[in-house]
Order: sequence, then structure tokens, then C-alpha cells
Amino acid sequence: MIIGVPRETASGERRVALTPDVITKMEKLGHTMLVEPGAGTEAGLPDAVYAEAGASLATDAAEVWAKADVIAKVRPPETDELSQLSDTQTLISFFYPGQSQDLLDQAKSTGCSVIAMDMVPRISRAQKMDALSSMANVAGYRSVIEAGNNFGRFFTGQITAAGKIPPAKVLVIGAGVAGLAAIGTAQSLGAIVRAFDVRPEVAEQIESMGAEFLFLDFDDAADGAATGGYAAPSSPEFREKQLALFREQAPDIDIVITTALIPGRDAPKLWLADMVEAMKSGSVIVDLAAERGGNCDLTVPDEKIVTENGVTVIGYTDFPSRMARQSSTLYANNVVNFLTDLTPEKDGVLVHNMEDDVIRGATVAHGGEITFPPPPPKVQAIAAKAAPAAPEKTAEERAAEEAAAARRAGVQQIGLIGIGSIALLALGLVAPASFLQHFVVFVLACFVGFQVIWNVSHALHTPLMAVTNAISGIIIIGALLQIGTGNWLVWVLAAISVLIATINIVGGFMVTRRMLAMFQKS
Amino acid sequence: MSMGLQTTAYIVAIILFILSLGGLSNQESAKRAVWYGIFGMALAVIATLAGPAMNLSWVLVPLLLVGAVIGAVVGQRVEMTGMPQLVAALHSFVGLAAVFIGFNSDFVGTHDLTRAEVVIHEIEIFLGVFIGAVTFTGSIIAYGKLAGSIDGKALVIPGRHLFNGAIILASLVLLVLYMNHAGSWTLWVMAVLAFVFGIHMVMAIGGADMPVVISMLNSYSGWAAAATGFLLGNDLLIVTGALVGSSGAILSYIMCKAMNRSFISVILGGFGNGGGAQMEIEGEQVAIEVGGVAEALAEAKSVVIVPGYGMAVAQAQQSVSELTRRMRSQGKNVRFAIHPVAGRLPGHMNVLLAEAKVPYDIVLEMDEINDDLSNTDVVIVVGSNDIVNPAAQDDPNSPIAGMPVLEVWKADQVFVLKRGAGTGYSGIENPLFFKENTRMFYGDAKASFDALLGHFKAS
Repeated sequence: MIIGVPRETASGERRVALTPDVITKMEKLGHTMLVEPGAGTEAGLPDAVYAEAGASLATDAAEVWAKADVIAKVRPPETDELSQLSDTQTLISFFYPGQSQDLLDQAKSTGCSVIAMDMVPRISRAQKMDALSSMANVAGYRSVIEAGNNFGRFFTGQITAAGKIPPAKVLVIGAGVAGLAAIGTAQSLGAIVRAFDVRPEVAEQIESMGAEFLFLDFDDAADGAATGGYAAPSSPEFREKQLALFREQAPDIDIVITTALIPGRDAPKLWLADMVEAMKSGSVIVDLAAERGGNCDLTVPDEKIVTENGVTVIGYTDFPSRMARQSSTLYANNVVNFLTDLTPEKDGVLVHNMEDDVIRGATVAHGGEITFPPPPPKVQAIAAKAAPAAPEKTAEERAAEEAAAARRAGVQQIGLIGIGSIALLALGLVAPASFLQHFVVFVLACFVGFQVIWNVSHALHTPLMAVTNAISGIIIIGALLQIGTGNWLVWVLAAISVLIATINIVGGFMVTRRMLAMFQKS
Repeated sequence: MSMGLQTTAYIVAIILFILSLGGLSNQESAKRAVWYGIFGMALAVIATLAGPAMNLSWVLVPLLLVGAVIGAVVGQRVEMTGMPQLVAALHSFVGLAAVFIGFNSDFVGTHDLTRAEVVIHEIEIFLGVFIGAVTFTGSIIAYGKLAGSIDGKALVIPGRHLFNGAIILASLVLLVLYMNHAGSWTLWVMAVLAFVFGIHMVMAIGGADMPVVISMLNSYSGWAAAATGFLLGNDLLIVTGALVGSSGAILSYIMCKAMNRSFISVILGGFGNGGGAQMEIEGEQVAIEVGGVAEALAEAKSVVIVPGYGMAVAQAQQSVSELTRRMRSQGKNVRFAIHPVAGRLPGHMNVLLAEAKVPYDIVLEMDEINDDLSNTDVVIVVGSNDIVNPAAQDDPNSPIAGMPVLEVWKADQVFVLKRGAGTGYSGIENPLFFKENTRMFYGDAKASFDALLGHFKAS
């Protein structure tokens, strides 16, 4: 099938839905690519690169919309774009069906299929198609870069000949994909990173990125797993505690990156005017929630402002577009991964399998019907939180347990020694002196053996077995001593023993030597 | 040579043996230490031949020569994959020699001994023959199982514990009869019973438990030599036997610990069935082609390879080594993770890799590498299954619950080389194969590695 890539028409949008590097993958699926001239120019991908990779170039946008079986876009379509589609065509793009009833109705009337990349369910199998996460990742990265651009100091602390430079302190609010990306970026630039999230279960993720989790002691914490990994609105008491925590942090923090969003609502106000007031001059706030009203009181969407006390508040809403090349690459991969699921036979034929959780979830219009909202997925997004673990033991309890275990081991050892001694004494009562002499040697040899063998490296256990094989050939001495002491039967048996013991000795040592010679250092 | 000189020669030999075993603590000193063992053995044999109690005979010359030639040929020719069989075969020789020497002692009879000494002597003979006989037949069965001529599955006959108990009881009765001068036949009958005991014992143990069996037989061969030493009143034999015996015992202990099983349960045979249902596994096994694996390897900075018996079966170690060499020349950190029970012999994988010229300093033990696995980009599992099974930690009902395993699933990406879907030797389902970061790379291990080599040009 022909996959059409039109140029994005929204003003300021630099991304492109498909990049030249995915053409090979698409060809394997049996698809070809038709590109509108100039589609990738803003993302640093001129037409020539597409042509070279095997895409065909259309003359204009109309040709793409008319000829292509599948239209791949980034932004939701304009009304006049959507009206060009017929019932044989499929549109793949961000669609936000919850907020665009008109577009849905229009899609229904044209009969085309619409796959909303923002509706891909959050289950592990669909991660490779999760375009929202891809974009959030880019936004998180870019937010730190923008902050750095407006922040007059180093991120990393240094001690130079000219004096000591303290590291920047970054606070990330909301540890979703964007938040985690921001944490990782700020961390790798050398800043001290703190992070907060209303979902206590993300603490582990935050700490694994190297940031400090600001812990809020509150019993009523919501279990985010139930809502597909997104945050839910919090109670007023919780909110108060949270704001108190931020207020405490504000004077100390140089850069604040807010990413708090609740699905289907305006962004919660978390960084209030008085907190901005409390911040040092030169500090930067990057509000990733600006599109939905912003987490900060002072955020102006799409703009950068500087407050009276010298704090920069960045409210851009187009972070992914500001990194068009990277965003486009990720988005293209997401789209191609979706196409892979849509073309199960790899024969270029699309199959809208509505039994499939992922395809069902993302398809918002199909065959003249609106198929939004989808039924809940069969697979739960994230496993429900396990039952609380047994309370952590205190240091004293643990010490007491260890002491008890040590005592038990001690009692056991003393017991064994006692029994052993009694057994030996009993043996001493009846056994003749000649035997006991040998017995002493035997017991001592066992002890020496245990001490020596414990030090043998694990890697040399096979040579150890081979060499013990060889030296257990020492039994030859017994056979040698018996040769010539009795009748013919004794002779024969002793002779056989000498023979096989010799094989043991020579074979064992030979093979040990061979093996050991193989062990070479790099 | 006087008695005194012979004794001192024996003492020197003992010290050399101890040094020889102690030298195995690392690879470089081991190369020297093996010579200590060889000199010790030569000294012991010469001192015995030159000793006062010896009837030198020309018959010895061909015997020693023929034995030496056979030993040398076998020692030079044996494949490293065949080491388990060789070790088993050599154990059986020691066992057989112990049986013969025990019989001989019985034929020759006792002189100038007090009553108590006679009792001790007779017990020694009986014990020596019993241990020797069990070692002999046990090792032969182990050889057969390892060489594949006997079915590796555990043979479980009904009432097998009763059967074993009956044999031991019968042997004890025969011992009492023997000590009351019922005649040599008691010794013969007991030897036959012990032969049967050895066969049955090893038949009942499954192939995956072979490392324990081999170490146990190693231990027995030592005890057999020690028992022979007692009955001949020879301290050199006693000490050497005790050294070998404790060596085998420690190896068995290490192997059992690595499988989280008690020694008794391994020896009693059969594979225990866990109580309750095993956890259901969710997810699907995702296959991958050679291109995908090569791409991931090309991007990886750190790679860990986990070899198992399957690598030895497919004879893939040379290809593995070559791939390792090429990846290392590109500056990647390639290491091997060896589980204590990987293979069919303790330390078997180390020897196979050494033979394939993998440097030993990148071959690490489980405890050394487990903490590092979470920082590893790619793990390749070659022909191992149970030793990388997360069920050992997660599922208390799994038959291998509690067994220490290599935590490969903590790495970013895991590739499992396997001949096909399905459970491995032990028949335990492996949840690792269903994990999100696991990809199954089906095919013969050697062919798969050779295909990967095509993507890594020699440099």
C-alpha cells in the first residue's frame, strides 16, 4: 500500500510523520512511501534524502491525500484535510478524540479509518508504538536544555583555580516519561536533582535515575496503577501538604521543571506566585504543562517571561517540535511499529483486527462508525500493587536474630564436637594402638584436605578432579606390596590393579597438565 | 632402601601432594603445582619399589609400561567435552583396584595380630571392598550416562529406599558372619551386593544431577584408597585417600549448595516434585533473527555470555570464543558467567572455554558477576536453562525454588539460544523466555554463532 506523508500545515510545526530511515522497514511490510515536497525540510530532512532512500515524491499535497492508502501525520488533521479522505483510506496521527468531537463526526461521514496515536493503550506490548511517551521523552530532554539556555550558571559543580562553583539544584515535579527524561538529562549534566510525584510507587524509578525523591508522608496516597499509570486528582489535605513541601524547597532550588498533568483536566497549579517570589534571581521555571494552563501561576503559554524578581518562566508548548529531527525519528518508528501490527502477513494489506487490544484502542473511527471510546483493554496496564511487604526489621531486631543464629550454630558445633569426642573415646577404649596411630594420621589428613580444597578456585574444579584422579592412583602402592605375596590369584589381581592404577596416574596427570596449559590470561 | 628412608620419602610425597592441591588456588600456580604432584607420585612409587617389603619382579615392567602408554594416549587424546566420561572411568579404576586389593588381603590372611587388631583388620577389608565396589559400578553407570550409552533419565523403581536399605542390612549381616569366620564367601557375596548397590544408586540419579554424582564418586574413590591404606597399614595411602576423599566431599557440597538441594536428597535420587501448582506464566516467547541479535551486539558496550551444557553438546565453544575475540577487539566488555553446576562436571565450562582460548580472567563465577548483570547491555544464554530460571526466586512452588541462579533478566536485553521452544532437561518451564526483554534465537548453537560471526568482520 502507499503510505502518504503530507507536510504538516499547523504553524510552527517542524516535525514530519515518517523519516527516510524507516523506508526499508516499510518495504519489508509491502508498503511504499509517497512524500509531499518539503515535508521533512523543517526537520532537517530534504526531499533528496527521501528520494535516495526509495520514497517517491508527489507534486503537491493534493496528490498525497488522493493517492495514498494510508496518510501518516503528526498533528490532528484540519477539517479540509479530513474531508479529502474516502472510505478506503486510513489516517494515522495524533487525534485527541476526547476533545475533537467535530473531527470524529466528520471522519464518520467520510467513512475513513482513523488511528489516533495518542490512544495507543499503555500496555507493555504497545510500548514500541507509544508516541505520547516518545514525545514526552523529547519534551523532558528539551525542557532541561531550554532551562540551561536561560540559566546563567553551570549545572555541574566545579572547583576551579578561580573559585568554587556550586552545582545547580533542579526540582522536577511529576515523574512521568517527561519528568524522568528531565531527571536523567539534568543528572547527566551534573546537577543535583530532586523529584516529586503524587504516586509513591514511582519513587524507585526516580531513585534509579539518580535523583532524590521528595517523600511526602501521607497515608491516603493514590494507587496510580489503577489509572493506567497516570496521576489522579488529589484531596485538598494532600494538596496543602504538597504545597508546603514545595514552599520549603523554593528558596533553595535553581531550576524547576513541572510536568504534572491529570488526564482530561486542566493542569493542577502546583507552583504558586509566592513560591516564584521566594526563588533566587536568575532561577528558571520550565512549565511543560503550559498547553493545559500550566502548573505555575505565572506561566504564559507559548511565551517566555521574566518576573520582577528575575525568575524566568518558560511556557513553550512546542518542545517536541523544537527538536524536530529527533521527535520525527521516534514518531516514525512508532508509526512503523503500528503498521507492522496492522500488516500481520507482511504483504502490504492492512487488517484492522478489532479483536486486538492495541489496534482496537487506537482506532477511533472505522467503517463509518465512531469507535471511541474503546472498551477497557483485556490486559491490565500495570500489575496492581502487591500486598504491603512485611514491615522492615529494625537494626536491633536483625542483630538479635543474627546473634541467635550464631548461638544456634555455636551450640550445634559444640554438640558435634562433643559427640565426635565421645565416639573417638569409645573407639580409643577398644581399638588397638597400631590402628589408632593410623587413625590420627587419617583424621589430620582429612582436616588438611578440607583446608586446602576450600582454597581451590571454582574455575579449576575440573583440573582438581583430574589431579585427584591421578593421585588416587596411589592405590598402586597397595597393589605393588601385594605382588608376590600369595598364590596365583593374588598375583593376577594385584597385577591388574597395578596396570589400571598406572593408567590412572599417567592419564590423570597428563590430562591435568593439558587442561592447565589451556588456561591463558588475556 | 631402609624402612626409615622409605617413610621419609613417603612424607615428602605427602607434602608434594598437598602442595599440588593447594596450588590449584589460581591458574598460574596450578601449572607449577601439577609437577609437584607428578614428582610426589614418582617418589612414592620408587620408594615402594626400592623398599624392604618388596618382591621385585620382572612382570612389573610390562605392567607399568603398558599402563603408562594407555594412560598417556588417553590423556592426550581425550576431548575436553569428554572430560566427565574420562573422570568417571578413572574413578572406576580406583574402585576396582580397591576391591582387588581387599580380596587379596583376605586371601593372604593375617599374621601376628592380636584379637582386637584382627577385628579391626576384618572391618577394614570389608569396608574397603564395599566402598571400592560401589565406586566401581557407580562410576561405570555414570560413564554410561555421560557418554549417552545409558538413558540419562532417573530410573525410579518402586520401593527403592527399601531396596537400598536391604542391601546395607544384608552387608552388615555378612560382615558379622565374616568376622565369625564364616569364610571368604561372605566377602564375595557382599561385593556382589555392593556392585548392585552402586549401579542402582547412580541409575536413580538424573542427568542434571551428574556434577554431584561425579564429585561424590571422586570422594568415594578417595575413601576407598584410604580404607586400603588402613588395611595395609600404609600412612601414605591413608593420607592421600583422605585428601582425595575430602576434595570430593567438598565438591559435592558446593554442587549441592549451588542447586539448593541436600546431599541426601540428591543421592536418594529422583527429582522432587514441589508442593502446589507452579505459577502461571504470562506473555509470549518472541523469536528474533540473526540480524537483530547482531545489531544489538554491535550497539552493546557490555556483553555477558552464559554457557551451559547445550554449548558443549553443540560444540559451539570455538565459535563463541571467536565472536568474543572480535567483540573484544572492538572495545566491548565481554565476559562469561559460570554457574557452579553448569555442565556435567564441576568447572567443566571453564575448561571448555579455556580450550577454546577464552582468556580465564573474563570467565567469572556466579557470585562475582550477579551484581553486575543489571548494568549489562546484552546477555547471551547459550544452552543453559535452569541456572537462569527466575522461578527459582519468584515461585516458591517451583521444583528449583531457592536455587541460586544467574539473574540475567536484570540486563537490558537477553538473547536465549535454544534449539526450539519447549522445556529443557529438567522439564521445568522457564519464565525468563517470556520476559519482555528476552528474545529467543532459535537454532543450533554453533550455527547461530557462526551466523553472528558473519556480522562481525575479523579485524
